[in-house]
Parts: sequence; structure tokens; C-alpha cells
Amino acid sequence: MFDWGLYNYWVVVFLMMTGLYVVVSRGNLVKKIIGLNIFQVSVIMFYVSMGKIRGGTAPIEAEGFELFSNPLPHVLMLTAIVVGVATTAVALALVVRIHEAYDTIEDDEIREIEHEEHRS
Amino acid sequence: MMEALWNLIGDDLAALQIAMPLLTATVCILVRRPMLAWGVAMFNAWGAVVNASILLHRVLTTGTISYAEGGWPVPWGIELRIDLLNALVLLVVTGICAVVLTAAPRALAAEVPEEKHYLFYAAYLLCMTGLAGMTVTGDAFNIFVFLEISSLASYALISQGPSPRALTSALQYLIMGTIGGTFILLGIGMLYMVTGTLNIVDMANQLGAVGPNRTVLVGMAFICVGAGIKLAVFPLHVWLPNAYTFAPAVVTAFLAATATKVAYYVLVRFIYSVFQVNFAFEVNRLDAVLIPVGIAAMFVGSLVAIFQDDLKRMLAYSSVAQIGYMVLGLGLANEHGLTGGLVHVFNHALMKCGLFLVLACVLVRVGSTKLSAFAGLGRRMPLTFAAFVLGGLSLIGVPMTVGFVSKWYLVLGALDAGLWPVAVLILLSSLLAVVYIWRVVEVGYFRTASDDAPDVKEAPFSMLLPTWALIGATVVFGVWTSLSVGVASSAARMLLGGAS
Repeated sequence: MFDWGLYNYWVVVFLMMTGLYVVVSRGNLVKKIIGLNIFQVSVIMFYVSMGKIRGGTAPIEAEGFELFSNPLPHVLMLTAIVVGVATTAVALALVVRIHEAYDTIEDDEIREIEHEEHRS
Repeated sequence: MMEALWNLIGDDLAALQIAMPLLTATVCILVRRPMLAWGVAMFNAWGAVVNASILLHRVLTTGTISYAEGGWPVPWGIELRIDLLNALVLLVVTGICAVVLTAAPRALAAEVPEEKHYLFYAAYLLCMTGLAGMTVTGDAFNIFVFLEISSLASYALISQGPSPRALTSALQYLIMGTIGGTFILLGIGMLYMVTGTLNIVDMANQLGAVGPNRTVLVGMAFICVGAGIKLAVFPLHVWLPNAYTFAPAVVTAFLAATATKVAYYVLVRFIYSVFQVNFAFEVNRLDAVLIPVGIAAMFVGSLVAIFQDDLKRMLAYSSVAQIGYMVLGLGLANEHGLTGGLVHVFNHALMKCGLFLVLACVLVRVGSTKLSAFAGLGRRMPLTFAAFVLGGLSLIGVPMTVGFVSKWYLVLGALDAGLWPVAVLILLSSLLAVVYIWRVVEVGYFRTASDDAPDVKEAPFSMLLPTWALIGATVVFGVWTSLSVGVASSAARMLLGGAS
């Protein structure tokens, strides 16, 4: 059988860097938030991977199940998912308000408007 | 009656510190009337101060308090663990919450529409829940959860500022803060991989048995950078000036004195309690990062503060500098240095909160916090301006004020570590604080207001009282140091002595 080795962790690193890159490089605020989401999801995958034991089953205490995956990291990630959803909700609410105030959600255009206000 | 109540809640005080603000936040939303919501919040906030005082007293008399949440035995369940270090931080956080809340109604009226006030108080209490939770918990993952609760509430609070730039500042803080929080989560995950536990004390014991390990090292790096972003330590501080400048004045006063302090506590807790001095400073030389970063923050923050026209922004940059002093004390890793860092948490909270409340007073009466608005204020609002001068003296570190006490211990710590150039740099950076405080004093006392300036009265009593309570405290604790320094130095000894 193919040995997957650290495949999961490579995916985590790839996703994390993708997310960070999107946050830094995109000017569109919604895209930034999507990047932030990808970044958070990579950590969720990290936790889920570490709880998995190769050949382990779901943690059922009964006859015939000897090797369990660790359920704790999986449960922790329920909380982290909730945190991620809440962050995205607050961020999107802010973007809606920014759109009302500036009539744009492009970072550079907002900065230009702010500079003009500052000068006047 | 009182005795029955005491028997009922006497053992659960630590848990109430989290549960009460969480519950009262929902009550605030239900009652909807602004003054009623404020009353509920005030009751809760001052109750939390009493609670924190009792907890500190108990820790001082009977030692560390351990509370198993929900009755689940430690280390499987979540433990609330209060020792000298977080008892002190808890007292700072709840005290500042209560004092700022006392000044809130008048200050808010100038900046936030009245129909939103009850939501404001709810968010304020949620932020308090998160901060108190981070402080009392003894569980690493719990720290992350409470960190996000307090952060989400603070994004909402900052975005209430009157200028549209409050929105962009809040979003900037949200993006930086989420990256910081996620880094902490990732670091905790790596520690969990090595130790198989989330309880901080248990984790420290397991790590001691594991010995140096690359996963632990990477975990430490993620936690330090993550906490550094929340703490706004120098190269990671970019969110702070905007967030403080455009948030409503009371929010600035509240966050400046609590949010960064609790982030500092998290950093101290992880470095000294989890990784411990040997791993962090002898095996990995964390001090070689923290000391230069702290010194850079002291100078960059103060230098930039000198050139600011908006006093809120000036004090925000001054906060960056003051955080530098705390990080320096943390990096010195000896008893005097760490005492200086910890006592500066207490002292800086008092003076910076007092100064930001002065700005809130000025904003209510004059309508601006620009330097030009301060012209002639020494005569027109003498009490308010005198508070600013005293707070400013404390920021500089003049003897008989709290600023002197913390700098004294930092200098001693630097000398103990054999780093006398650092001691000189601490004194030099204080001179920069003289420059930016003097600019304001000069405008306030020696420049007369232009003739068309509106006639202003002294600030309302409900705001002067909390302002002067804090500014008075900077003098009281500058002279009588047995509470602040006493607790901080015992906490430093405990942290340096290894296992708590």
C-alpha cells in the first residue's frame, strides 16, 4: 500500500501559505477574508491529522475495537470552526459597513480616499 | 443571608469571574434601555473587582487556587488556576473595566448613537469575559477560545468609532488578530502533539520530561509570534495606532489598559510556566530576540509619538514604547527585570487608562483630540489638564509616580544581567517621553486659545472622578509599592523558580 507519510502535513503547510499569501497580496477585502478562512482551515486540518492513528477506528468502547483515533483534537476543532465562522461573520459585517461608507471594497481605493480626507 | 450566599458561591469565585459577565451581557441585550443596561454592567463590573480582590487575598494567604470546571478532574477537565501572577493581572483587568465603565455613559453620548448603547455594553462585557477567562484559565486551548471571545468583542467595539476609518482599522485589527490567534492555536497544537495534554501545569511537567525537541521549538515560535501580534510588540504593532486612534475614547482607554496586558500575561505564562527558563533562555536564547525587540520598541514608539498631531495617536505610539519596556523586562529573565515587567503591567494600565480618559473628557467638552484643541486648556479645564500632566509625569518616570517604580526595577534588572548599556538606553528613552509630554503641556499652559474658540467648561464630574481615581492611583502606588511590587516580585520569584 502507498505510504502517505507526512502527506497531510504538507497539505496543511500548502494551505496555510496559500491563505497567508492571499491575505497579503489581494486588495479586495472579501478576498482577504477568504484567504483568512483558508489559513484557519489549514490549522483545523492540522489538528484533525494529529488525532488520526493509522488503522485506528472511531473511539467506540466495545468488543473488537482496540486502536482508537484520539477524539480530543477533533472535538477541539468544533470550537475552532465556531470561532472561524464568528470571525468571518464579523469581518463580513465590517466589509458591508465599509462598502456603505466608502462605496468600494478595494484596499487601495479606500486608502486613496482616506489620504484625500487627511489632506483636506 | 450573606452567609448563605457566601456558602453558595464562596468556592466558585474563579468560575464566576467568567460566568457573570457572560450572563450579564445577554441581560444587557434583553433590557435594551441604555441606562438600565449600564446599571447591570456596572453591578457586574464592580462585583468582579470585589471578586478579584478576594481571590488575590486568598492566593496571598492560602496559595494557588485550583478549580475544576464542571467537576471534571484535572488534568482531564478544564482547570481554572489562579496564582500570584494571574491574580494580579485579574485585579488590573477587572479594576480598569469597572473604572472605565463608570465614565462610559457621558463619553459614549458624544460618539455613539444612543440606540446602540445597550449593544455597546453587551460587547464590552463580552470582551471582559474573554479577558478574565484568558487570565484565570489553566488550560492552553481555553486560552485560545477566550482570546477569540475578547478579540471578536473588541473588533465590534473599535468599529463603533464615529469616523469611517474606525471600520477599516477594526478590519485591519481583525485580520492581524486572527492571524495571531491562529498562530497561538497552531503552537498549542504542536505542544499537544508532544505532551498529549492541554493543562498548563501538566504540559510543563511533560515537557520537562521530553527535553529539547524541534516540535516544541516550533510551537514556542508560533506562540511567541502569535502573542506578540496581540501584544503589539514592535514590528508587529501596525494594527495598534489606527485601532486606538479611531475607536471611541472609552474603548481606547479600556483596550489600552487591558487587552495588551492580558496578551503580555499569556506570553509570560507560556515562556515561564510552560517552556520554563532553562528551555526558553538557556537552550534557545529567546532573550537575544526579546531584549533587542523591546529596546527597538521603546525608541521607535517614542520617536514616532513625538511627531503626532492627534493626541490619541500620540498616546497609542507611546503604548508601543511602553510595551517595549514590558517585553524588555520579560527578556531579562532575572528577578528584578521580570518584576519590573510585571509591575509595569499594573502601572502602565493605571497611567495609560487615566491619560486616555483625560482625552475622553477633552473630546466631550472640546470635540477634538488634536494638539491644537489643547490650546489654553490648562486654564479652561484645569482639573482635567492637571490629570494629564500627572499622568504624563508618570509616563516619563518621574520619582513618586508609578512610572519611576517600574523603570527602577527594569534598570536594576539590566544591571543584574550585566547589560549596563541597556540601563542607559532605558533612561535615554525616558527623555523622549519628556519631549512628547512637554509639547502638550506647552500648548495647554502657555498658548492661549484663539478668540473664536468655543467656551468650554470643566469635564463632567462622572468622568473626572474615574480619571482622577486612576491618576491619583499612579501617585499612591508610586509611593506605596507594597501591593504592586510585593505581588509582582513574589510572582517573578515563583516564575523563575520553575514549577509553580
